[in-house]
Amino acid sequence: MTALRRAASPLVLGGGLFFLYAPIVILVLWSFNDSRLVTVWGGFSLRWYTALFSNAPLMEAAWVSIRIALVSAALATVLGTMAALTLTRHGRFAGRTAFTGMAYAPLVMPEVMIGLALLLLFVGLGVDRGFWTVVIAHTTVSMCFTMVIIRARLAGFDTSLEEAAMDLGATPARAFFLVTAPLIAPSMAAAFLLAFTMSMDDLVIASFVSGPGATTLPMRIYSQVRLGVTPEINAASSVLIALVVVGLAVAFLLMRRRKPALR
Amino acid sequence: MSRRGYRAPGAQRLVRWAPAIWLTLFFAAPFLLVVRLGFSEAATAQPPYRPVIDWSEGLAGVWAALQGLRLDNYALLLSDPLYVASALTSLQYASAATVLLLLVGFPIAHVLARQPEGRRELLLLLVILPFWTSFLIRVYAWIGILKPEGLLNAALLWLGLISSPLQIMNTGVAVMIGLVYSYLPFMVLPLYATLVKMDHSLLEAAQDLGATPARAFRSVTLPLAAPGIAAGALLCFIPMMGEFVIPDLLGGSDTLMIGRTLWSEFFSNRDWPMASAIAVVLLAVLLAPILAWRRLEDRAADGEAGQ
Repeated sequence: MTALRRAASPLVLGGGLFFLYAPIVILVLWSFNDSRLVTVWGGFSLRWYTALFSNAPLMEAAWVSIRIALVSAALATVLGTMAALTLTRHGRFAGRTAFTGMAYAPLVMPEVMIGLALLLLFVGLGVDRGFWTVVIAHTTVSMCFTMVIIRARLAGFDTSLEEAAMDLGATPARAFFLVTAPLIAPSMAAAFLLAFTMSMDDLVIASFVSGPGATTLPMRIYSQVRLGVTPEINAASSVLIALVVVGLAVAFLLMRRRKPALR
Repeated sequence: MSRRGYRAPGAQRLVRWAPAIWLTLFFAAPFLLVVRLGFSEAATAQPPYRPVIDWSEGLAGVWAALQGLRLDNYALLLSDPLYVASALTSLQYASAATVLLLLVGFPIAHVLARQPEGRRELLLLLVILPFWTSFLIRVYAWIGILKPEGLLNAALLWLGLISSPLQIMNTGVAVMIGLVYSYLPFMVLPLYATLVKMDHSLLEAAQDLGATPARAFRSVTLPLAAPGIAAGALLCFIPMMGEFVIPDLLGGSDTLMIGRTLWSEFFSNRDWPMASAIAVVLLAVLLAPILAWRRLEDRAADGEAGQ
């Protein structure tokens, strides 16, 4: 029984990780395949990458997505930090239940509903849809994720440092920027990264609230993917995966280097 | 901390009100519009629905618009088998996928929680990592694997297990694979969070008292993991009910989930009121699970603060 168990745990872990990673690894391998067919290895080739970088509409969409992701991630990090501070530091206040409800519901709300609701708001207000409507939509969803990340950090946090700063005469704002912010900076960075990748990744909400001239990368990819597997999209996917891996590795190293200083 | 003589100065008021105002304006208010539009009718106009509130007429305009509201969309939702079927399909797939996710996710979380501390964090990171890469891309990757001339069929043919390619792509099986694959990190995380906090001496005590491992698992581990199981199940079930990308890319005509129906009402038929009516029904169905999930999360947060 115990021997069986001992054999089972690497099997479970290995199987789980294989299931999670195999499709991603296969996709990256395919992007270097000279053949169009997924089952035939036509030799190593970079031709899909050259095709990708000369695909003007795709490149343009990527640039739109990057700009939207930068702005919305910055907004979401600020708003998420504010929401997290409100929930962890302000104790019980009138409307707290309503506020937490609003702050958490977007985490699970199906995207089609958020997209439709925001579209109706923009149409009702007579706003032209485009870059900024997508920014607002992405900020709304990702601020909830940033709030969760930053709230977790603030919850396990020694408030006596803030109190000491304020006892010494610092205003709450000053205490935040001098004491709290440096301590929660790693989680704010993580929150920003998550908000950025979520914005870069969103297809459904952007499809509803975007307008002419603001076609995002996922929207462009989706319209090509619907026609089947194309090697060019494999290459685009691999570039995106590489960016995420590099970004996370940098974030991981930064957080590791800062840790000893914190203790 | 700031509870003593709380007089919020400007900066603090901003911190407190900015997120609340943002969420009210861009999350809560739009849903009221969805509800209202669900009672309107489609029109070939810009915007493509009627009635439109005529603000220039003041209250009379609002009143006129209110009188124009109809229940037709909901009557159609109930009478047209397409809508009922797609709602049932969603429920079926979301429930089945939740059960499958528990069956796949629980052993992973269980093994993870029992790893030595240093390795545990690294392995957990590896489980979460795919969540950071594009959802769309990960779903797309399965097309190349599952399609008739794809990798899986090629492997099975080569192994001699099948003699002709299986039709997996565009079926319910492909949708299930896509759902389980995409939501696995969401299931493993809450399960892991409760399992890692579990006191192992309780298990040992149960076994010392003569319980078999299976029995100890049933009467110690499972009850202790129950909040994590519920949280993981809800965290996956709720968004899966309205899933669009997975049934659209991997499914076929018979896997018409409700999110896809809403999408096609909106984009193909340009029937915004009908799409809104579907959203209202979906919201009504999901309200109870969302509230249940919120209560669980609140209790978990309170527990953490109390420690």
